[in-house]
Amino acid sequence: MDSARLLSQIPNERAIPPARLGTIFKTFFIAGAISFGGGVVAYLREYVVNAHKWFDDESFLDALELSETLPGLNSVNISVIIGDRLRGVRGAASAVAGLLMPGMIVVMALGVVWSEQRDNPYLRAALIGVAASAVGLLTTVTLQLGHRQFTRLADVVFIAATFAAVSLIKLPLVAVLLTLGPVAIWYYRPPAHPAPSTQHFHHLRERFQSHRAHWRH
Amino acid sequence: MAGKLWSLGWVFALLSLLAVGGGTAVLPEMERLVVHHFHWMGDKQFRDIYSLGQVAPGPNMLMVMIIGYRLAGAAGAAVVAVAFFLPDCIVTFVVNRLWYRVAQSRWGLAVQRGLAPVAIGLMLSGTYALARLSIFNLAGLAIAAITCAILSWRRVNPLFLVSAGGLVYLIYAIQ
Repeated sequence: MDSARLLSQIPNERAIPPARLGTIFKTFFIAGAISFGGGVVAYLREYVVNAHKWFDDESFLDALELSETLPGLNSVNISVIIGDRLRGVRGAASAVAGLLMPGMIVVMALGVVWSEQRDNPYLRAALIGVAASAVGLLTTVTLQLGHRQFTRLADVVFIAATFAAVSLIKLPLVAVLLTLGPVAIWYYRPPAHPAPSTQHFHHLRERFQSHRAHWRH
Repeated sequence: MAGKLWSLGWVFALLSLLAVGGGTAVLPEMERLVVHHFHWMGDKQFRDIYSLGQVAPGPNMLMVMIIGYRLAGAAGAAVVAVAFFLPDCIVTFVVNRLWYRVAQSRWGLAVQRGLAPVAIGLMLSGTYALARLSIFNLAGLAIAAITCAILSWRRVNPLFLVSAGGLVYLIYAIQ
């Protein structure tokens, strides 16, 4: 395969006729406007899989898995993938623009007001409370996302090593990712003689279990 | 001014490309660079800006725009937004198309399974970094614990919980 073929748009037989760019923008705009505290992906699934039927559950999980493995925000990554699958580059741009626009407007308005009032003791106290509450929120999300990893010894070792390197030894993130990342990937390297059918089955089953946490938000 | 915009641009582009596991995962590195390395702002301002992101809709990490605004006005906000989102979108776009054709391989699975615990470890570090900036008494600890308990028990819009957390701490601080 030549490089042009490799990078051409991925066919999506579900969306025929193709989704309109305006519809893509509007759908992601609504998801971006009503989701708070990291629940964006669950809203997107509701609209993309259930309402518009652009993706089935299986392709949505494929996209979500890749979004989580790639760097950057998962919600932005999955918007790029879904938008691209629907309408190529312009679809991806419409999806990301829609997703980010409501939050950008609100966050900038808050930022301007806060810049004027940032030493106000009442505002500062309220923001400390918001941050403390966010600690509880992040703890719950991390435990839900990692529930499978927390029960497997090798994964617990990788989790502890990562935490220690970043939070206790305070190594730069680049160094941590370039050392622990390859070690962990090598640990899970494919076996020399795989049994394709059962492995595929286990992979699928594990996948559905690991993603159940997302739908709860 | 141009020098500051350039620094903001490359710092946030780097952060987005290091964010394996999402925004929370990169929070300690963001604090390290923004507060301790470049001394762009104090850690209390950094925490307050993070909290603003929690009460805005969409991805929480949009709060990076306020960091840019604080340092270099509207131009700073724009530079940070482009730097934080564009390189990552391009990487995702290209890898997604390649992945579909080339990498449906057994190594793809190894990458996913290997990076998953690293991402969880980074999220724990991000949570810990925020806890160090926001929890320094029993009131803060109680707010975090109650939020965690309510969310583990049932589905609640996180906006209500973080707003309630802010209100409770405000009442506590006034007294």
